[in-house]
Amino acid sequence: MTDQEHFEPVIIGFTCNWCSYRAADLAGTARMKYPPNVRLIRLMCSGRLDPTFVLKALASGADAVLITGCHPGECHYLEQNYKALRRYLLLRRTLAQMGIEPQRVKLVWASAAEGARLAQEITTLVEEIRALGPLHWPTAPEFGGNGHRPQPEIQPELEEVAA
Amino acid sequence: MQRITIDPITRLEGHGKIEIFLDAEGNVANTYFQIPELRGFERFCVGRPVEEMPLLTNRICGVCPEAHHMAAAKAADAVYHVDPPPTAKKLRELLYSAFYVTDHTTHFYALAGPDFVMGPDAPVAERNILGVIHKVGLEIGGKVIQCRKYGHTVVEMIGGRKVHPCTSIPGGLTKGITEEQRVEIEKMGRWAIEFAQFSLKLFNDIVLGNKAYVDLILGDIYYHRTHYIGMVDENNKVNFYDGKVSVVDPDGNRLGKYAPPEYRDWIAERVEPWTYLKFPYLKKVGWKGFVDGKDSGVYCATPLSRLNAADGMAMPLAQAEYEKFYSTLGGKPVHQRLATHWARLIELLYAAERWVELATDPEITSPDFHKVPTEKPTEGVGIVEAPRGTLTHHYWTDERGVLTKVNLIVGTTNNYAPISMSIKKAAEGFIKKGVVVNEGILNRVEMAFRAYDPCFGCATHSLPGQMPLQITVHDAKGEVVEVLRQNC
Amino acid sequence: MSTNGTKPKFAMYWAAACGGCEIAVLNIHEKILDVDANFEVVFWPVAMDAKYKDVEAMPDESITLTLFNGGIRNSENEEMAHLMRRKSKILVAFGSCACEGCIPGLANLSTVQEIFDTVYATVSTDNPQGLRPQFHFAAPEGELRIPAFYPVLKTLDQVVKVDYYMPGCPPESHQIAAVVDLVIKALHGEAQLPPPGAVIGVGNSTVCDECPRKRNEKTIKQFVRIQDLQAPDPALCLLEQGIPCNGPATRSGCGALCPQAGAQCIGCYGPAEGVLDFGARLMTAFASVIDSQDPDEIERILDGLVDPAGQFYRFSLAGSLLRAAKPAWKGNGTRDNGRTEGTRVPSAPAVPVKGR
Repeated sequence: MTDQEHFEPVIIGFTCNWCSYRAADLAGTARMKYPPNVRLIRLMCSGRLDPTFVLKALASGADAVLITGCHPGECHYLEQNYKALRRYLLLRRTLAQMGIEPQRVKLVWASAAEGARLAQEITTLVEEIRALGPLHWPTAPEFGGNGHRPQPEIQPELEEVAA
Repeated sequence: MQRITIDPITRLEGHGKIEIFLDAEGNVANTYFQIPELRGFERFCVGRPVEEMPLLTNRICGVCPEAHHMAAAKAADAVYHVDPPPTAKKLRELLYSAFYVTDHTTHFYALAGPDFVMGPDAPVAERNILGVIHKVGLEIGGKVIQCRKYGHTVVEMIGGRKVHPCTSIPGGLTKGITEEQRVEIEKMGRWAIEFAQFSLKLFNDIVLGNKAYVDLILGDIYYHRTHYIGMVDENNKVNFYDGKVSVVDPDGNRLGKYAPPEYRDWIAERVEPWTYLKFPYLKKVGWKGFVDGKDSGVYCATPLSRLNAADGMAMPLAQAEYEKFYSTLGGKPVHQRLATHWARLIELLYAAERWVELATDPEITSPDFHKVPTEKPTEGVGIVEAPRGTLTHHYWTDERGVLTKVNLIVGTTNNYAPISMSIKKAAEGFIKKGVVVNEGILNRVEMAFRAYDPCFGCATHSLPGQMPLQITVHDAKGEVVEVLRQNC
Repeated sequence: MSTNGTKPKFAMYWAAACGGCEIAVLNIHEKILDVDANFEVVFWPVAMDAKYKDVEAMPDESITLTLFNGGIRNSENEEMAHLMRRKSKILVAFGSCACEGCIPGLANLSTVQEIFDTVYATVSTDNPQGLRPQFHFAAPEGELRIPAFYPVLKTLDQVVKVDYYMPGCPPESHQIAAVVDLVIKALHGEAQLPPPGAVIGVGNSTVCDECPRKRNEKTIKQFVRIQDLQAPDPALCLLEQGIPCNGPATRSGCGALCPQAGAQCIGCYGPAEGVLDFGARLMTAFASVIDSQDPDEIERILDGLVDPAGQFYRFSLAGSLLRAAKPAWKGNGTRDNGRTEGTRVPSAPAVPVKGR
């Protein structure tokens, strides 16, 4: 069993290119300290977020997922962050029925200027997940799962029969 | 102890295996009929919206989804305290009658028919649907296909799909039928009545006209004196779709009739640790073991049971057959299990007559097929007669109509105890010291089982001539004592 | 010309199934005679009496075509999956259960303990000793066994390699007939089978494409339960009327039968092409039609979907990315791959079976 004190959460962060990714950049260039547990994946827009990404992350071993985007009304592509919002709210309800705590999927709006705030949100999230404990989803390869679908390798050949 | 294992049971729906233990002399010491499957509908339906139950419970059985669909529809109506309009109830029963015709047909011709029409000792190569067709004519295969096609056409017209109907919702249906459809349904129904009469005549000529076979039916090996239950209408005539459940004792005395909400006063289920399926029994009589008799709570729910538990059939042609049935077999109730096949054909005729009766009802094409529920959902019970037995669905929901608890007592489940007893008695009767256990012997054991039509029929499939069979006999150490093979 | 002049062998097996796939095959009606003319049926428990031992005795890959339906719920189902894989040239995951788990896959939202406690302690069950099924039971005469119930129901391709997938609950008979024709033609060298791994007997779009109902701009302010719909419009898209219909992400091929009968598509044909997780795609589709940008209003609208996991994963939970709810994975061990024996339950005393 993992010792919770030494548990380092693995968090996947889907960040939108225009606001929140720039905020993360800002935090970096300003040398703001925040924990390295979040692996950032850049999307052009939070509206690109497919619930499949979140599920794949959790099924592959992530302990939590962070989604960041522009504030409502400030989306670079006008209204797509509302799509992210609706998907996120629906996804959380579904995940609750799957036994996954709502805190493990978090949506944060951050503008390009809010580097410090984003760093703070990430820090808070990491501690929340550390307290919650690891997810250890059984399909993740390191927990014995063999992934989603095996690829078929056999090439069946049919014997021709008399017409 | 020596053991004979039959695994899997074949020519039925679902999985089963029989373990026959022999004592040192070679007589049957005991038999166990085990059901090795469980899927857990009573658990995983919790949390689902109640209007999905007619759809979810379809998947309990793809041979008789119509039965679950109707029981679920009635239970969901009861949950919402809503009474569907007459057109909806008639359309549901019309679908149900056509389904019954199809289902009883496939069982008789392809499942039971070979044993019955060809005889239990017929060569394996002939004891299948092909043999039946050769004996009675190639035309038969075409008729059986036609019957199935007609039945499923009606199911699709009213239920939306041929398998797993989708149109029942709390308060009625999502659609009605047009006059054009009604005309076609009526025409197919009239054909079905003729086909049912033809089937009864076939039975009469080939089975009742054969003394050896009549002796088998009337003999002791396939005979059990148990209680019987079946749904009846307010005139105590057999009804598959609605009514109360009549319960009669082995002497034919009616112990009572219960309405759906009262089922738990009558039926309880036992658990045995060597099988996944539970054993229902009559609570008021009590569980005394796998035994016959008035003091034993074991009961049957089959076509034979339904005829025994009722006072007659509600349609005239079927009623005439009902009377002939009892006068031939010496009065009510009939305990000979093989007579179930005959009872099934009488029900087939009734279902076809009812099909036409409903298809010609003036309200059947009305557009008034749904009533929106207005009351808060709470709890409800729906009961119908599935072809294999009384089917009970009981739902509890929260105030949103989301299920909090589910209890199901499914058709064939009712018969688990009597089937076990029938298998044991047949095994004891046929497998004895000095008898060579061959394929024919084992088939007679399986015939005890098939009379109950455990949930599946297979129509018009041409079966191969051989029956590959291997029986391995082990001694107490588990070492192989003998291996009997045939065609493999 | 075949090497030995005999017909190629055919088998159909059911694991944790309902029998609907068998009925769907029979509903090809006269075409069943084409199957009979072109194949020798060697194993089909519903229809003929070949036993497990007969299949074990067959040479490997001697069965040309096996249709395998039903999910992998217990150890016997898995053993049969491996057996049929070994003995068959072409193994088809036939029907929704084998393809993505189907409705019995919903059991993956519960633990084994919960399932057993529900089934063996219902209101009508008389079980004062709290007996539960035992995988090995010592009867007075000898040991009795029943298959071990797995904590998580699996799809066929989660245990063996599958050559083709034919989805549907059940696959519609006209699709089965078309596939039968194709296979027979291929046997005669007149047609090519699709590449292995293909999904067959389906369309290449979604149910919406096959549905004749009129679609405008889908914008939902409220989800409606179908029984509550006052004056349903038989010509208008069901989702637009607020009924949760899974048509937008469900594979076409069925002919959109249910929406034409006035009922919502429940998703029995599985995910549309290229979809990795059926439920996720449905979530996206449903999220798109919600007509609001205000979080509180969105939550209120979503309250109308009383069972999201059931709505989106009704047929595909076992085959989804997460596959089961977290607590459901616990059996005896936490590993899913092992043949766990399931819950340790209070063992029953050896009950002498009197009166038998």
